[in-house]
Parts: sequence; C-alpha cells; structure tokens
Amino acid sequence: MVSEITPELVRHLGVLARIQLSDEEVERLTGQLSVIVDNIAKVSEVATPDVPATSHPIPLQNVFRPDEVGEMLTVEQVLQNAPDAADDRFRVTAILGEEQ
Amino acid sequence: MTDLTRLTAADLAAELSAGRVSSVEATQAHLDRIAAVDGDVHAYLHVSDHALDVAADIDRRRAAGEQLGELAGVPLAIKDVLVTTDMPSTSGSKILEGFMSPYDATVVARSRAAGLVPLGKTNMDEFAMGSSTEHSAYGPTRNPWDLDRIPGGSGGGSAAAVAAFEAPLALGSDTGGSIRQPAHVTGTVGMKPTYGGVSRFGAIALASSLDQVGPVSRTVLDSALLHDVIGGHDPHDATSLTDAWPSFAAAAREGATGEVLKGLKVGVIRELPDSGFQSGVSESFRASLAAMEAAGAEIVEVSAPHFEYGVAAYYLILPAEASSNLAKFDSVRFGMRVDVPGGTVEDVMATTRDAGFGDEVKRRIILGTYALSAGYYDAYYGSAQKVRTLIQRDFDAAFAQVDVLATPSAPTTAFRLGEKVDDPLQMYLNDVTTIPVNLAGVPGISIPSGLAAEDGLPVGIQFIAPAREDARLYRVGAALETLLVDSWGAPLLDRAPRLLSSSKHGGTR
Repeated sequence: MVSEITPELVRHLGVLARIQLSDEEVERLTGQLSVIVDNIAKVSEVATPDVPATSHPIPLQNVFRPDEVGEMLTVEQVLQNAPDAADDRFRVTAILGEEQ
Repeated sequence: MTDLTRLTAADLAAELSAGRVSSVEATQAHLDRIAAVDGDVHAYLHVSDHALDVAADIDRRRAAGEQLGELAGVPLAIKDVLVTTDMPSTSGSKILEGFMSPYDATVVARSRAAGLVPLGKTNMDEFAMGSSTEHSAYGPTRNPWDLDRIPGGSGGGSAAAVAAFEAPLALGSDTGGSIRQPAHVTGTVGMKPTYGGVSRFGAIALASSLDQVGPVSRTVLDSALLHDVIGGHDPHDATSLTDAWPSFAAAAREGATGEVLKGLKVGVIRELPDSGFQSGVSESFRASLAAMEAAGAEIVEVSAPHFEYGVAAYYLILPAEASSNLAKFDSVRFGMRVDVPGGTVEDVMATTRDAGFGDEVKRRIILGTYALSAGYYDAYYGSAQKVRTLIQRDFDAAFAQVDVLATPSAPTTAFRLGEKVDDPLQMYLNDVTTIPVNLAGVPGISIPSGLAAEDGLPVGIQFIAPAREDARLYRVGAALETLLVDSWGAPLLDRAPRLLSSSKHGGTR
C-alpha cells in the first residue's frame, strides 16, 4: 500500500479531530506522518483474510450490573471543573454560526 | 538513625508495625528528600500538602490498636494519570491543568483504604504518550543515574521517584511499556499485570484495550505487596477480571528462596537477536540467563515470528483508541477553554484542542483519525487487529514450550534528553520488547539485571508469563533478584549517585 499523506489530508484530519492546526503544524505533521505510515503499513503483509481480528486481549461477555441508580455525582461535582456554567448547566458559545 | 528513605517498603512496613518508626517520621523523611532533590529530578508534578496529616491519622489508628494493612503508613507516589480527589490530576497535559476529580481512581481508593500515604502526583508524558517524559507539558523528569538522561516514559516520574528515594512505592500505568521501560532505565522494578487484573477505573484512558495499571518499586517483593493492595475485581471497570488472585507477596517471598528456578523453562525469542540491542544491554541479559541456568533453569529458544509487526500494529491501535478517548477534551465539561470572539462552540473546541494538546498528542490523534477513516479502516486498523491475533498465537505457542519468556526490557540504556524527541519513529522503537505484551494482554515485569559495561547505566530484564499467571512473574523475578543482589553484594541502586542538592541543575525548590 502506498500512503499519500498530503497537507490537504492532514488539514482535513484536523477538522475531523477538531484540532485547529496551524500551517506550520500541517507541514510538519505531513512529513512525520508519511514516515510513520510507511513503517506501520507493514501490518497488511501478514493480515491475511483467514486471520480473525482481536479487538480485546481477554474476551469478556455480558458484563452487566443490576440496573439500579447509585453512586451519583452531585450537580456541583459535575460542574466543578466546567470552564463555564450557569443555572446548573454547562454553558457554551453559539452552537450555530451566522451562515447557518 | 537510619535514613528511612533508603528502606524498602517491606522493611519500612515492618518498622512501622513494630512501632519503631512512625508514619509521620517516614513521611517527613520522604518530604525532606523530595525538597532536597526534586528540583533536579522533577519526578513530582504536585506534592501533597496534607501527607503528614494522613500519616498522623495512621499512627493514631495504630496506637489505638486498630488492625491495619501490611503497608499502612508507607508513603506512595501516584502517577498523574490516576485521578485523585485531594490533588490535581492532569495526565501531564495543559488541557487538564488544575483539574480536580470528584472521585478517586479505584487503585487510589484501595491504596488509601490500605493505609498508604499519598505523597504526590508524578510526572509523565502527556496522556502517557511517550518513552522519555519529554512530552510532559510541565517539563521532563531527569534520570537519577544521570540528570542529562531520560528516566523512561511515560511513567518516568514514578520510576525516578522510587530510584531517587523520593518514595518507596509508586503507582504506574502501562499501555506499551510505560511501567517496564522506565524501570529498565532507572534500575527499578515495574510490573504490568494481566489485562483486567487491576482496575482501570479513574485512570485517564489512553488506549482502553491496552492500558493497565500496576506497581513501581525498588524490589520485587515491594511491587508484589502493592499489587496485592490494588488488584482484584472492580465492578466500576467492565473489563476487570473476576478471578480470585493468589497473594503476590507470598509468591515473591517463596520465589526468593530460588527453588522456582530448578527445572524452570525460560524461553528466549529467536526473532529478538542480540544484534538488535546495545551491547551492554544484551551482555547483561545473557549474564542473567547464565545465572538462572547455573541455578537450575533451562534456557530454551522459541520463535515469535510476528513480534516484528508489534510496533506497527501498536501504532495503529493505540492512536485509533486514543483519538476516540481524547475526544472528551472538548472545552465544555472540564479542562481548558480558549475563547474565540464570535466563534461557535466548534471553533472554540478546535482552538482549545490546538492550544491544549502538545505535539505528540496531536500527532497521534491525527494518525488515529487517519487509521479509522473511511477507505483506510480495513487496511490499517483491521490489519492491526489481525496482527494482534497472530501475536497472541505466538505467545500461545511459546508458552506451550516454556514457563516464562525473557527479553531485555528495552533496546538501549537511558538516552540523552533531546536525543530522540524530534524523531517520533525512533522514539516508538524503544518499546519493541514491551509492546507485544500489551497487545496480547499477558503480564510482564522488568527487574534490574545490572549496569551496561560501556556507559555504567542500568539495564532491565523482562519476564513474560501467560495471562493470569502474574504470581509466576513475582516468583521468578524474586529468584533472579536474590541471585543478582547476592552476587553484587548490595542492591543496584546503591551505586546510583546520591543526588546531593548542589548539582549543576540548580538548587532545590
């Protein structure tokens, strides 16, 4: 597999990841990610269709607890680290931009 | 009077329970040591302002005849990835500066319940991403053996704290080697338990299928004692195993007799040839194997053909999981917020994340976002998960032939600060022997094997056991530790610099 990490792709990944990358960061990451991806792409050499995927090292199934309310945080605790709060709620800036 | 900071946790615990030393005295001795040397070492991000109160309470309860745990009154350093109600928890990141958790991590709660006295929070690479602590947003920790060198990472603060006698015990976390590689470069002991053997509740998540909390100490027995306190099922962690665990301290004490080595089959991995390691590292490794062989162990070469794909698979799985876990830092519920005049919540979020995350964190989030994006998912993330299966099969085949596997814990001794920080790929290759252990979920321990001849710096040997066989590692680790310390005449750390506060890095804080 040939990886093609371009500045446009890195900028797009920044949008997806909600990180406002500067032009300088985009340029640096493009070079670094190209080298890294070239080295990690080797996983496909041995990942043949007959090999099942492992998502979790020690499989567990049906981990349930009784559906009972307990060990709740208070509203004060929930909001104690909030950058901004009002009326027992988190406060944020506008959800929609002007053009929306 | 003996210097209380030089005692092992087990010996200090014995002094405390015999009433010859108070917890206040032990805690004060460690606070004094921190004040004297941590300006140079920078193992701590925060030192507790009420450790002496906690210690005094333990002393009162002991005086009142209360039955206390074996480690009651012993000081403990806590990696900053673990949340605490009474001290800030930042995971080494600016985005969490000053964060005060409304609850304790389970391992912290269990440590408090056992009477351990939290001294402070230790430095780490930001969100545990790194092998040197140079990616901490609060400046690097320095290796007590040579202040110009790295203490390993991500848990360099915890390892340096015990190596510099600023704590007898510490808590760490290990996603790809973050407990074991710092142990290797600082001449200390670090254990990554079986995945699910210790609760991850309250450990700020890096990669949830790889992360595991474990003990850091100067001796195998001390790690075992702390593991006994923190281990076991926790209903708050859905991946926590429900197994009943044996006493790891009992295993370590039994192992120290050396009986376990008689007939023990120790596997060495053909695909990790000596040529892949610094000469002093492989020499120390071979000398440890020879010592075990002389004590009755059998060294068996085994094959693990997929280990060479481990680092590649890890740097797909970890960034993928991390990019998802770190989405929670959204400038809304907790952490930093950078205001953008007239901006929407998304503008604020993206600007905050650019300002709050360091370079390595951004690099891995972008890499993970790429690995998970449409069109690449099967080729990268899907393939990496298949490599995980192949590595598990390598371990299964190896453990059909041997009782434990042994590897050097890392390819080199401590490198210089700044040497690899601008070369992410070289930094990633530090964890070539530790990463397969996390991918497979099996336990691994690093113990000091000696000093490298060419630079006089510590080297560690890693032992790996099948899943759930953590006790076997304490047995084998304690057996080799006893052999080596007897041959040296004193613990390895007795040869480390004393770190008097007059060093070139300036005075104390």
